[in-house]
Amino acid sequence: MASSDANSQLLGNEAVVTTLAEAEGFFRRFLNKNEVVQDIVGWGRAWSFFQYPFVTACCGMEYMAAAGPRYDYSRFGAELPRFSPRQADLLMVVGTITHKQAPVLRTVFEQMADPKWVISFGVCASSGGFYRNYTTVQGIDTIIPVDVFIPGCPPRPEAVLDALMMLQTKVRNDRRPLLPVVK
Amino acid sequence: MSKLVLSRIVDRFGAAVLSHHSDCGDETALVSPAQLVEICRFAKEDPALSCEMLMDLTGVDYLGLKPAAGRFEVVYHLYSLSKGHRIRLKVELPEAEPKVASVVPLWKSALWMEREAFDLYGIKFDGHPDLRRILLYPEFEGYPLRKDYPMEKRQPLIGPRAGREHL
Repeated sequence: MASSDANSQLLGNEAVVTTLAEAEGFFRRFLNKNEVVQDIVGWGRAWSFFQYPFVTACCGMEYMAAAGPRYDYSRFGAELPRFSPRQADLLMVVGTITHKQAPVLRTVFEQMADPKWVISFGVCASSGGFYRNYTTVQGIDTIIPVDVFIPGCPPRPEAVLDALMMLQTKVRNDRRPLLPVVK
Repeated sequence: MSKLVLSRIVDRFGAAVLSHHSDCGDETALVSPAQLVEICRFAKEDPALSCEMLMDLTGVDYLGLKPAAGRFEVVYHLYSLSKGHRIRLKVELPEAEPKVASVVPLWKSALWMEREAFDLYGIKFDGHPDLRRILLYPEFEGYPLRKDYPMEKRQPLIGPRAGREHL
């Protein structure tokens, strides 16, 4: 945490800029090095997931149960499922992924804008589950990076909430650059 | 199922019906592949039989259970909507070239079911207008429901990512 002195000094001495390069330098230093800002942004991201539910199988019913009023994971800010990957930052892969479908899943993942996270929902998405056969991807981490795996066939809603909270912790402590790196 | 249907088929195509039974009320006839379409046409068009519907068409692999000359079977389940009776027809096909005439001219439902049997068992259907894979992707090699398809063989289109090759 930066002290309030450091903040006022930063604002007091460097807020007046005359060129674009100076402005960029100011914001870059302010956003990337200021722990307070990092905390605020992390908090905001963690409590406003926009999920893209990639639902392929029976786990979808359990996803709906977790999203419904009884378990209601909108409590954690993941209120609105978006049905375009361009508007989402949390990809939930819910159900069995076949080799035929794997290129589609990777395209959807690549269409999402950074920063983005992935939850593998259920044992089929995580490891192929009992579909140990010619057609099923043996874990989606073979094709896209995954942040949190949820075991279970299907997972209990409590497990889904636990995974969401684990991901929140991860996102809150995330320290990636807040501005895009310009080369 | 119906004994009437079976007896009419046996009476009409005596030599082409290789064997038949009525176990547990399931009337079944094993017929000669060469006569299959004729028998199906009779089952569909004979007024007493009128099996308007092909309920199911599937392949079976009897590797190790039957000699190579009859390794594959294709099973047809016919149903009469007007009479309410059913009949099961089977043909045996050799391992070297499993091929049988298509019944698409009789029942349109055979279009996808024959493609499925081709996709998973590699059984060819002569006269099918569009015989290509239906469930698997075109790049897939081999026929996965054959008993000699390697259980651990995977044919991924993409991946695995670096560090995940063991999966």
